Amino acid sequence: MAAPQVQRAIDAVWRIESARLIAGLARLTRDVGLAEELAQDALVAALEQWPVSGIPANPGAWLMTTARNRAIDQLRRRQMLARKHAALGAELEMDQEDSHMSVEAGADDEIGDDLLRLIFTACHPLLPTESRTALTLRLVGGLSTAEIARAFLVPEPTVAQRIVRAKRALREAGVPFEIPRGAELQRRLASVLEVIYLVFNEGYAATAGADWMRPPLCEEALRIGRVLAELAPAVSEVHGLVALMEIQASRIRARCGPNGEPVLLLEQNRAQWDRVLIHRGLIALARGESLGEIRGPYLLQAAIAACHARAATPEDTDWVYITALYDELVRLVPTPVVELNRAVAVAMAYGPAAGLELADRLAAEGALRSYHLLPSVRGDLLVKLGRLAEARSEFERAALLTHNARESRLLLDRAAACAPA
Amino acid sequence: MRVMVIVKATAQTEAGVLPTEELLTEMGKFNEELVRAGVLLAAEGLQRSARGVRVRFGGGQGTVIDGPFAETKELIAGFWLWQVRSIAEAVEWIRRSPFMKSDEEIEIRPVFEAEDFGPGLTPELRAQRDSRLERIARN
Repeated sequence: MAAPQVQRAIDAVWRIESARLIAGLARLTRDVGLAEELAQDALVAALEQWPVSGIPANPGAWLMTTARNRAIDQLRRRQMLARKHAALGAELEMDQEDSHMSVEAGADDEIGDDLLRLIFTACHPLLPTESRTALTLRLVGGLSTAEIARAFLVPEPTVAQRIVRAKRALREAGVPFEIPRGAELQRRLASVLEVIYLVFNEGYAATAGADWMRPPLCEEALRIGRVLAELAPAVSEVHGLVALMEIQASRIRARCGPNGEPVLLLEQNRAQWDRVLIHRGLIALARGESLGEIRGPYLLQAAIAACHARAATPEDTDWVYITALYDELVRLVPTPVVELNRAVAVAMAYGPAAGLELADRLAAEGALRSYHLLPSVRGDLLVKLGRLAEARSEFERAALLTHNARESRLLLDRAAACAPA
Repeated sequence: MRVMVIVKATAQTEAGVLPTEELLTEMGKFNEELVRAGVLLAAEGLQRSARGVRVRFGGGQGTVIDGPFAETKELIAGFWLWQVRSIAEAVEWIRRSPFMKSDEEIEIRPVFEAEDFGPGLTPELRAQRDSRLERIARN
């Protein structure tokens, strides 16, 4: 094989194997940072030997054996230095067992558990958010520092530092390499889902007009989400998150107009919606709902997204069901933004007056004072009710509040359109 | 990126010979691996060409021609849609499939993505993005 082809093949093997490799080593060494170093050592060995010997039939096993041998060597060396400690006897025995274990002996369940432990560790809430995302993309996604830097549009040294500090923080806090239990599990799971969705939104919400979309980030998040769904199939919110991401990703192609301007959901060309992703999203949603638990926020948001996905045209949208879903969501996530989205749904389902009542209540509460969408929504509803003068001042207020030049212009256009004949 | 992985027909598939239990089990395990890795998007097997038709257009007409069709090696017997980071990754996955033991040839083709079609990333935005990346690289 020619050199560049081997290099690409080794890169591909790394992408496929690195997460499990690091996970398995982390269980052995109890240190995620050390596990990654050992994995990298194995990669270096592969880069030296595979161009000559060819890529082995089971590359994952080769890497694991190489790294594991190095790990055991290191542990033994440490033990020789600390021979006085009684606890060591047990450790040494365990090591002997490990070294005799064949690499294939790890059942799928074991590997799956290790990967799950790795995901929980990388997403630990003690780490700042940017560190969690960088560490997860690195350890679970197998991305290089350069790739992560490029994806988040930050300098490479910044990402490298975040990862180094994150590993140190985990080590110093003595974070155990385990799957959390009980009440702790809920909290840690929420952190994992948050990290994945953050990566997704980094790629998705950056709509053209202010920034640009980065589909590869959406793909990474989706992939990690899907992996998690297979590792933790009994957790409905995981399926909910995957469903939400699949359906949102299905609209990527339709979200930008010919001049790069963002196109609102109700105005998108639905022929451009990716049906494969919609299909997958609906299946994931069904999987989550079939577990029979009370629906959590991700599952509810996914159900809302599914309502739109199922509608062939905007007129076919089941707004009554969407409203019911928002009623549930608002109880779990009573934020003003969710309340506003609910007001919009209520207006579509039960008429603009009903929606306006909710929007007015929000305005009175003052929480969304600097959020341009509130006056924008009120303006919209006032137009539908024929109250044009009031609508105009709402649009003008919204135009002042938005930071986006293009949106501001659109809002001013709408205000002008309200002028008395 | 996404790829379509195309499995070509063979004399067996065209004769309607179904895969052995052993092969189905192996294929099932392989598909499971793909699902667990978050790679598998879609997978379908196509019935033999004798069960299909072709529509040949010309002169404003569409003529329907019944299968089977002759050029077995050019016929498709099945396909996957995978989400991968590169063609090399797709190649690595297919090397782990039951096809490794066969004499068959598998074709891997990248799917057109949103970016490939141009709109969405105007020249101005593209320039903006590229100059930002350049500035980051220089720092």
